[in-house]
Amino acid sequence: MFGLRKSDSALLLIVIALTVLAPFILNPFPENSVMAQFNAGYPDLMQRLVIFGIFAIGFNILFGLTGYLSFGHAAFLGVGSYAGVWMIKLLTLNVIPAIVVSVIVAGAFSLLVGWISLRRSGIYFSILTLAFAQMSYALAYSVLTPITGGETGLQPKVGDPRILDAALEEGVTPRANLFGMFMNDSYDMVVGGWIFTFNVGYYIAAICMVLAFYLSIRIFRSPFGLMLRAVKSNQQRLNYTGIESKPYTLAAFVISGMYAGLAGGLLVAMDTQAGAERMFWTASGEVVLMTILGGAGTLIGPVLGAGFIKYFENIVSKINANILETWFSFMPDGLSDVFVGIIYPFIGKGWHLTLGILFMLVVIFLPGGLVQGGQKIAGMFKNKKDGSDSATSSASAAPAE
Amino acid sequence: MGILEVQNVNKSFGGLKALTNVNLNVEEGMIHAIIGPNGAGKSTLLNCFVGRLIPDTGAVTFDGQSLLGKKPHEINQTGVSRVFQTPEIFSDLTVLENVMIPCFAKRDGAYSLNAINSVRNEKDILEKAEQMLVDVNMADKRDMVASSMSRGDKRRLEMAMCLSQDPKLLLLDEPTAGMARADTNNTIELLAEIQEKRHITMVVIEHDMHVVFSLAQKISVLAQGTVIVEDLPDKIKGHPKVQEAYLGGAH
Ligand SMILES: Nc1ncnc2c1ncn2[C@@H]1O[C@H](COP(=O)(O)OP(=O)(O)OP(=O)(O)O)[C@@H](O)[C@H]1O
Ligand SMILES: [Mg+2]
Repeated sequence: MFGLRKSDSALLLIVIALTVLAPFILNPFPENSVMAQFNAGYPDLMQRLVIFGIFAIGFNILFGLTGYLSFGHAAFLGVGSYAGVWMIKLLTLNVIPAIVVSVIVAGAFSLLVGWISLRRSGIYFSILTLAFAQMSYALAYSVLTPITGGETGLQPKVGDPRILDAALEEGVTPRANLFGMFMNDSYDMVVGGWIFTFNVGYYIAAICMVLAFYLSIRIFRSPFGLMLRAVKSNQQRLNYTGIESKPYTLAAFVISGMYAGLAGGLLVAMDTQAGAERMFWTASGEVVLMTILGGAGTLIGPVLGAGFIKYFENIVSKINANILETWFSFMPDGLSDVFVGIIYPFIGKGWHLTLGILFMLVVIFLPGGLVQGGQKIAGMFKNKKDGSDSATSSASAAPAE
Repeated sequence: MGILEVQNVNKSFGGLKALTNVNLNVEEGMIHAIIGPNGAGKSTLLNCFVGRLIPDTGAVTFDGQSLLGKKPHEINQTGVSRVFQTPEIFSDLTVLENVMIPCFAKRDGAYSLNAINSVRNEKDILEKAEQMLVDVNMADKRDMVASSMSRGDKRRLEMAMCLSQDPKLLLLDEPTAGMARADTNNTIELLAEIQEKRHITMVVIEHDMHVVFSLAQKISVLAQGTVIVEDLPDKIKGHPKVQEAYLGGAH
């Protein structure tokens, strides 16, 4: 299908099914049940799941294939975001120019950063990318305030030029749209106690993610992808084989930068704003975590990792002491206090602690990430049945570094 | 005029003089062996050919062009391939992929990032790589991960990778080290056949005298960084200097 191998087509179909059915899958609990807070099927979170999925898929093309670990990819997402908001301010509230220009500007910026950073490899490369990202963050936060809005960030205003749009009616706030469909328009489907939300913005982002995923499969399976894996495996041998690796690594760097730009443009399409915090180093670190957690160098891993982390960030961080107390209210007073006391540091603002522990467990016990975990489980079932090897969805079964 | 000419090459590592005024003349289409005791500077000399090391002084010319100052990938593009003493392969890729990479590198032009073109036409590369594996008797290992193979197989794979590029000059640093006797004999046959059919010039470093005297048409003996004798194999066998520096020392 579409020039893919059988196993890859199957993987693509699974991803398509998951994204299309996400409003159901992410809302397994009835609206009024105690478990409803674990539902993730609301537009804002669903949009983030797929947008950060795109970010991680792109990052994996660089890190997973070539082994070059960039600690500055949030800069490209941020630059893409600013470019997107400017398109919305200057051209039109239609999101298409914003998204396209985000990708182009992020690509151009990553060409510059990659050109310089790829003069070094290993830890020095990582530090160079980190330095660029922190520089971009600092510039956006202060010196470039006229362009970036500084601390307050950048938003469209009623008085913006928007040369392609007709003037807004009096009192209407500018909202991003796609040919008249607003990103935050939703249709709620009520079935019994459940409410399933189908959101325009989510599906636009989901289509982008499916396309981004398809493209990443093609890159993984292409000779170009093979060369990138050769860079990771033995750069010396590649040189003695007549290939200078820099054009390849630079191309991978720019491609992943453009994926980051696409994610940035889509974020802007959803909430029409951009702020410097999107470029902060923690944001760059997050995409590294997503990729490793899911399984670097595997096709589906980054998507899983992004979904996992964004889900945790939004769900675990919302659990507070009151909610905990209602959970343990069936226990005698003293005992419930003990339990609440033990769990409390891991929830709410403490969700980073939970994430950190999970991350460590994965890296230590499943160096191939969640994908490896899935393969192990699948392998256990298969071995019971016929003892044959489990099919891998990964480009290489080698663990991530 | 040889295809590879080495003139007065010197190379020191700190205080250690690894090569002293080395002269070497490799004629086109020949198998030229370099022998010598451990630490004589044989690998160092090859490193000076492929751009891993730059000689302190001297000249290295291949096919009329100087190789000095060229980067490894540029030297490969002039038609020089090398099998290393410790195998340099793509350890975490499969055997087939290992051979496909040099095929792509050769066909799509090394410099140009010809990804689009190569995506389009992968089939002839696949066929070529598979044929190459048949030629070196590794067709059954095609889907193995390279790192899981024996040292001898890794070296055979590396040889296949180099041969798949149809080099003009093939440099082999102890190609049969770590191989079982049968594989060594296969390798001798393979190299002899390739030289006969394709007239690839080869420089072979080897400790195994059986290999050396089966293949070499000319032999240079290196000891302590200098070429002490260069002659036909028959003359080398009983040469007193060689006995003293090499064969004598080894026994
Ligand atoms: N990169 C290097 N840095 C420092 N010294 C080196 C380096 N490479 C080689 N040498 C030294 O140069 C001398 C020659 O080494 P070389 O590897 O060329 O020997 P060789 O003839 O290939 O020996 P062998 O048969 O054991 O492979 C040795 O003393 C070695 O320790
Ligand atoms: Mg050596």
